[in-house]
Amino acid sequence: MSTQVEMGQRVGATENETPSQPFSPLGILVNAVLLLLVVLTALPFLFMAFSAFKPNSEIFGEPITLFPRDWTILNMQDLLATVPFARWFINTVIVAVLGTILTVTLSSLAGFAFAKYDFWGKNVLFTLMLVTILIPFQVLLVPQFQIIRTLGWFNTYQALIVPGAVSAFGIFLMRQYTISLPNELLDAARVDGASEFTIWWRVIFPLVRPGLAVLAILSFTNNWNDFFWPLIVTTEPSMFVINLGIASLVGPYDYQYGILLSGALLASLPVIIVFLFFQRQFLEGLTAGAVKGGG
Amino acid sequence: MATQTSARGASGSGPSSSWYWRNQRRLAPYLFISPFFILFIVFGLYPILYSFWLSFYKGFGFEEKTFFGLGNYAYLLGDERYIKSVRNTTQYALGSLFILSPLALLLALAINSRYVKWKGLYKTAFFFPVITSAVVITIIFSRVLDKQYGILNLGLDYLKPGAGFGPFGWLEDPQIVMISFIVMGIWTYTGINMLYWLAGLTGISKDFYEAAEVDGANKVQSFRFITLPLLRPVTLFVAIQAIVGSYGLFAQPLLLTEGGPSDASLTVTLYLYQQGFVYFNVGYASAIAYSMVLLLLVLSIINIVVFQGYNTD
Repeated sequence: MSTQVEMGQRVGATENETPSQPFSPLGILVNAVLLLLVVLTALPFLFMAFSAFKPNSEIFGEPITLFPRDWTILNMQDLLATVPFARWFINTVIVAVLGTILTVTLSSLAGFAFAKYDFWGKNVLFTLMLVTILIPFQVLLVPQFQIIRTLGWFNTYQALIVPGAVSAFGIFLMRQYTISLPNELLDAARVDGASEFTIWWRVIFPLVRPGLAVLAILSFTNNWNDFFWPLIVTTEPSMFVINLGIASLVGPYDYQYGILLSGALLASLPVIIVFLFFQRQFLEGLTAGAVKGGG
Repeated sequence: MATQTSARGASGSGPSSSWYWRNQRRLAPYLFISPFFILFIVFGLYPILYSFWLSFYKGFGFEEKTFFGLGNYAYLLGDERYIKSVRNTTQYALGSLFILSPLALLLALAINSRYVKWKGLYKTAFFFPVITSAVVITIIFSRVLDKQYGILNLGLDYLKPGAGFGPFGWLEDPQIVMISFIVMGIWTYTGINMLYWLAGLTGISKDFYEAAEVDGANKVQSFRFITLPLLRPVTLFVAIQAIVGSYGLFAQPLLLTEGGPSDASLTVTLYLYQQGFVYFNVGYASAIAYSMVLLLLVLSIINIVVFQGYNTD
């Protein structure tokens, strides 16, 4: 093991001796192609962001512009005036924040139990949970719909929050983060007379914060962007979340495309802001499956 | 383990000696997993089993059901709309597998090479679309792909005015509508797949390449005999993700084309939604869902055999 580390360090050193070559002919070509692809990737998005501030005549007119010739906030005003957009926004904040808190709490508690305790049925339960990750979500929809119907939860926040908070992936992730913590920490707390719950709350919870951040960000983004489940369990426009809300404008508002784009822009902004602040956690969370599942 | 036993003795002499306190070490794990497992049973396990049971029943809505045996499954095999939806979705999955995934690998190789300095910048830029919701993507692309006013057609016309091609009905021509969805998929998911490949590439030790260089291997040989074989686990992951994700395609065709024209962009998940939540043909919808489980299971096993079966090490 130690020789491997030494080898790695030595190789790392030799790699530094051959510096990166972004300005060789091939380097310029590679970077040029990559930059072109970056532009292609960004263009549809920039088009949305800027067109939200164009009058409809300019959006549908020729020549096509990227930057607005006449900046206007009329689309935003119309959006807020004609549909309950503010309400959709607030609904989404409630669902995404409470959903995230619930997911993180459930996953951290259960992940702790699976990582640090031996108990009867542990392996069976853990395997059962992992197997269900492999079941495609489409299987769940019809029965979940019936459960919501039986509970009388249509058009409620709990219908939007609770089923989505049951994340086997979250438990798997939190177990991975908890299992590496030394057992001595737990034992020291027990000697001091801490209850098991206190150990979770005072010792484990603060220490697994990096993992919690990864899970929280993924959970928030999934909740915020969700469309399918809200489509099934909400019919009242006042209970729509933002993505269902703007989807309901597709069709009737096709000819007021500026309004649609304003809604799309405002629906994307919170996730973009979260992404810009927590890029590292984002990348870590989304590639966790590739590394852990593949390696 | 030894430390755990000694700690148990310590907690026995804790401040309180109530029954809970004496047994809390044994009870704690059950208490910690129970909030999750109660919800898991209600919203995860029960639906999985109930859906299977339901797939053998015939009935609209949830009240009247009659046992139908394998009738739903038999009907699936002769249902033209279902077969069409499987064909369309498979087309999309093939696009993800054989266009999107290799493209993402090329990007990852380029970014991982020594020609690229600002790796973080590229990673962020390509990753960006995946945090955009399916609805927002739909709204953006409805303007890009429109036959009359779409930017794509106007752009093609601008490049070569009156050249005799176009305007293309990207969303209206049954021949090319799935291609449009594949293009949207490439825009959305290439970045995240690039990150999967990058995670795999950075995990390959440089030693292998040095050794190969000493043995006189060239770049192509190194790629063929070192990179590709060592990427096999990540390849498996990428392929399975692409397949499972592809068969979930739903919001884009629902909002852009409603599965049309004449079912040319009807996907399996969209068909399931129509059967289950528009017609409330719940037994049949469950059979569609379980046909997907079977399909995905078979495809996953094929992948595992292809990418791990000939492991010689």
